[in-house]
Amino acid sequence: MAQKYLMKGNEAIAEAAIRAGCKLFFGYPITPQTELSEYMAKNMPKREGLSLQAESEVAAINMVLGASAAGARVMTSTSGPGISLKSEGISYIVGSDLPCVIVNVQRGGPGLGGIQPAQSDYNQATKALGHGDMHLIVLAPASVQEMATLTGEAFDLADIYRTPVMLLADGALGQMMEPVDFEEKPHRALPKKDWACTGHGGSRKHNIVNSLYIEPEVLEKTVVDRFKKYEQIEQNEVKYEEYLTEDAEIIIVAYGITSRIAKTAVRNAREKGIKAGLFRPITLYPFPEKQLDALADKENIKTFLSVEMNMGQMVKDVKLAISCKKDVYHFGRTGGVIPTPDEILTNIEKYVGGAK
Amino acid sequence: MLNKLVKSRITIIAGHYGSGKTNISVNLALDMVRSGKKVSVVDFDIVNPYFRSADNITELNALGVRVIAPEFANTNVDMNTLPKEYYTIFSTDDYCIVDVGGDADGATALSIDYDKYIKSGYTMFYVFNCYRPMTASPEDAYKILLNIEKTSHLAFSGIINNSNIGKETTEKLVLESIPLAEELSKICGLPVLATTALRTIDIGNAVKIENKTKQLF
Repeated sequence: MAQKYLMKGNEAIAEAAIRAGCKLFFGYPITPQTELSEYMAKNMPKREGLSLQAESEVAAINMVLGASAAGARVMTSTSGPGISLKSEGISYIVGSDLPCVIVNVQRGGPGLGGIQPAQSDYNQATKALGHGDMHLIVLAPASVQEMATLTGEAFDLADIYRTPVMLLADGALGQMMEPVDFEEKPHRALPKKDWACTGHGGSRKHNIVNSLYIEPEVLEKTVVDRFKKYEQIEQNEVKYEEYLTEDAEIIIVAYGITSRIAKTAVRNAREKGIKAGLFRPITLYPFPEKQLDALADKENIKTFLSVEMNMGQMVKDVKLAISCKKDVYHFGRTGGVIPTPDEILTNIEKYVGGAK
Repeated sequence: MLNKLVKSRITIIAGHYGSGKTNISVNLALDMVRSGKKVSVVDFDIVNPYFRSADNITELNALGVRVIAPEFANTNVDMNTLPKEYYTIFSTDDYCIVDVGGDADGATALSIDYDKYIKSGYTMFYVFNCYRPMTASPEDAYKILLNIEKTSHLAFSGIINNSNIGKETTEKLVLESIPLAEELSKICGLPVLATTALRTIDIGNAVKIENKTKQLF
């Protein structure tokens, strides 16, 4: 076993990014993500990197664009309000096919909202990170260890598919402390960044990074080609976890911190003789549609219950994934309120065997 | 028992972020009140609004411990202002435990009234956790210790070795931390007054504590 450290989720992302070869970090402070920027500011200079507090979120994301265009492994992090400000830049990064990692440690919204944990940026992360036809790979860790592991994975996925990757965490995961080890994961084969603007000294044709295409047919082709890439991502990169789904009658679908609470509720339901199971999407895009649909085809599974810290966002993707073959319900708390295992159990009892 | 460490009416608990200051403070308060002392706890964390001694306010109040916390603690308002009641710690006869925020940032709050602490008499303990990456080496832990002293204008009296990785802490990990705490002691010239361990871990001479950190599930 490698050496384990006791870390906050925010610190674990920062440390994992440095270990993954992230050399540049551009951010702007916001609770509940600030420890991440702080860790970068303290540690990047000691480890051949640079951490810079930009004058705004808009500046930070455009610095990310520039650094990525020059071939660097680069990251930015914020919370929901900051993502809203960054969305123009994110769309430009997608349109320029540039890799980078963007962290959202979610807090309650809309507006300034609050500083307690929430999952109400699900729709923003999976559907509305910027204008235009586009997706980002969205990874949803559920533990401090996974914050670290998925950060390394996020950098690799970004480079392989030349796309921004979002780590979608929340204030609870960012602030809570758990043991974490940074043992090297198996390396993925990474393509050469022969598209990067690194200076060529006249030895090759110059590279251009751009997201402006005046000719509609040319723009259409770049978008269609990008969607072929998304097809590959949807085929190859879906990640999820199943827990006690085999004989289950009701499936809780939950991601991130909520899946941890739901797991306790599933165990408590089993103690009461209710056959509950948990399905945890780890990639929110690509969403594990096929895997959920396969569960919906099983005769023993009658009901799905999406548990989220919002008013019902992922629940719509669950319905779409299973083409409404089975009943799908939602239970959520919002505004920074974390559901308790007991509340989830009450809803399992309410919906098992159909709504009463 | 942690309360054996108490040498003055005011005890200040300081150290690096996440070293376990709040857990030590709450355990100390519980030990003292159970041994018949009148105790006040000051939640003095002006830096980070999450995971603080005010999380334990119900249990502490039930046992008769007075908790002095920032007016907006646990209200979703990220504003750390202390009530005027804070100043009673310099005039009361109660034992007072001051749970400070992390690093020198947290110690800034102490510096405002350092002269009052000196006049009233105090003991300040440095909580050390070698499993936190920024204090993994005794040298790095010493730098933070010095910065806290410089910022607060107050001096530490000893080290509490609270090295742990949360629920997964083993006997082996606690034992392995002891030489590092002793190394820190050698560098800074302060004694290691105690090594702590959760009650579930079987180490004869460790000071037993409970996990009082807020649990979400």
